[in-house]
Amino acid sequence: MALLTCRDLVLGYEGKKVVEELNFSVNAGDYLCIVGENGSGKTTLMKTILKLHAPISGRIETGEGLKQNEIGYLPQQTMVQKDFPASVNEIVLSGCLNRCGFRPFYNREEKQAAKKNMERLGITDLAGRCYRELSGGQQQRVLLARALCATGKLLLLDEPVAGLDPKAMADLYHLIENLNSFDGITVIMISHDIAAAVKYASHILHLSFKPLFFGRKSDYIHSETGKLFREVYGGER
Amino acid sequence: MGVIEWVSWVFNKLSDYFTKFQFVRYAMIVGILIALCSSLLGVTLVLKRFSYIGDGLSHVAFGAVAIATVCNLSNNMLIVIPITVISAILLLYTGSRRKIKGDASIAMISVASLSFGYLLMNVFPTSTNISADVCMTLFGSTSILTLTATEVWLCVGMSVLVIAVFVLFYHKIFAVTFDEGFATATGLRSSMYNLMIAVVIAIIIVLAMNLVGSLLISALVIFPALSAMRVFKSFKAVIICSAVLAVFCSALGMLISIVAGTPVGATIVVVDVAAFGVFSLVGLIKKN
Ligand SMILES: Nc1ncnc2c1ncn2[C@@H]1O[C@H](COP(=O)(O)OP(=O)(O)OP(=O)(O)O)[C@@H](O)[C@H]1O
Ligand SMILES: [Mg+2]
Repeated sequence: MALLTCRDLVLGYEGKKVVEELNFSVNAGDYLCIVGENGSGKTTLMKTILKLHAPISGRIETGEGLKQNEIGYLPQQTMVQKDFPASVNEIVLSGCLNRCGFRPFYNREEKQAAKKNMERLGITDLAGRCYRELSGGQQQRVLLARALCATGKLLLLDEPVAGLDPKAMADLYHLIENLNSFDGITVIMISHDIAAAVKYASHILHLSFKPLFFGRKSDYIHSETGKLFREVYGGER
Repeated sequence: MGVIEWVSWVFNKLSDYFTKFQFVRYAMIVGILIALCSSLLGVTLVLKRFSYIGDGLSHVAFGAVAIATVCNLSNNMLIVIPITVISAILLLYTGSRRKIKGDASIAMISVASLSFGYLLMNVFPTSTNISADVCMTLFGSTSILTLTATEVWLCVGMSVLVIAVFVLFYHKIFAVTFDEGFATATGLRSSMYNLMIAVVIAIIIVLAMNLVGSLLISALVIFPALSAMRVFKSFKAVIICSAVLAVFCSALGMLISIVAGTPVGATIVVVDVAAFGVFSLVGLIKKN
């Protein structure tokens, strides 16, 4: 049984279709990369998977007892008000909230997890800083650490490397690869970095109003879509 | 009169009031608790861009008071609390599904219930001096000084409830305030917490009407939060600071109003404004 199955899914806003004919499934342990040009509906699909947005028709089935609070999520954009007082530590910890249930406070393991994830993303020394006074890349790392804290079985990342410097980017890819292969966490990532997508992912979903391609990475590389797209976006290495 | 004489005169007057008059003690307790509760929720409301909700809801409560007065109810809380709570839910909880923008709908509800209430009071007058009645409901009355023991206990009970809810759900309130999308996506029932915030804020508004009147409530809600945000940069520090500040300002405001014989509500608000000035200055100095 797949972790996640989309059947005849049609997505859009106020009745206007953005993507249709979505039929694919994600198994536990997969590393799926969603690629496609701007406005092709990648973020919309992710929000629908997360139940933040309702599909026009079709349905998403979850399997293997996947619960909403076992999902980690990095949004593409976080509308944080300019003057929001929140320290890095508070934000990263808030990722652990989905483990708390009705317990009002964080326990030691959760605080440890937050600390570990801050170390992983190299933001330990920022812990006490105010979020809104950080640089764009630093903010992205904070939200990544929060996403890792929330992750139980499934991690959804919407353009995680946007705004990261080359070293941080490489570190992040490495980290996600480890999470996927050693911790068995299923990863769904939206990316414009086609080279990295082809390098790390196990499956590729290529969107453009319809799914142009869904399948294993090795098949994608030799498919017409894959060849064309990689030529344009420089996937060759 | 020298400074020392003046200070001792003030001190004597205050201790006189406190030892002789039960109502002064009651007023202090109620005033401090209400200020504390409103400041706790105030941070969330300010950050969610709902500063005006306090204003809107208090006008709704004004309309509800008018209805209760016209109906000659013995305990008008029975009507005021449900109406205010329902309006709060409509305003906050329906959130993003609304077609009319948040601030516009608050403005609509607020002026509509204000004029409705005023109309009711005039069409079915229950006392000879309507304008005094209206003025009292709008700007806070001396009713803070005529509290009965039951009202004080009701207020204490409600405040304990509000504080308990806030402490128990502190982290969830933070998550819902900071990033509702993420909170929902990772399994937090955001709409339930929004509902909870709406109900609690409605209860606070109704309680606070006694203290400062419906026109000045939003001052109690937003000023301590805004002042704290000038200086502090983490959520926890802002919450703690605004709570302490709210208690301090409302206590000081009430003391001043006792000594100087000024209106209670307006004095508290003026003290809050002064504190905001001080904190803005501190914030500026800290920056440079
Ligand atoms: N809130 C919204 N209301 C109406 N239409 C929207 C909304 N959000 C997105 N759209 C439309 O849906 C389409 C898909 O948007 P989406 O954000 O899913 O694209 P994307 O593939 O994530 O693009 P990008 O690579 O730029 O992030 C776009 O044409 C966009 O105009
Ligand atoms: Mg997108």
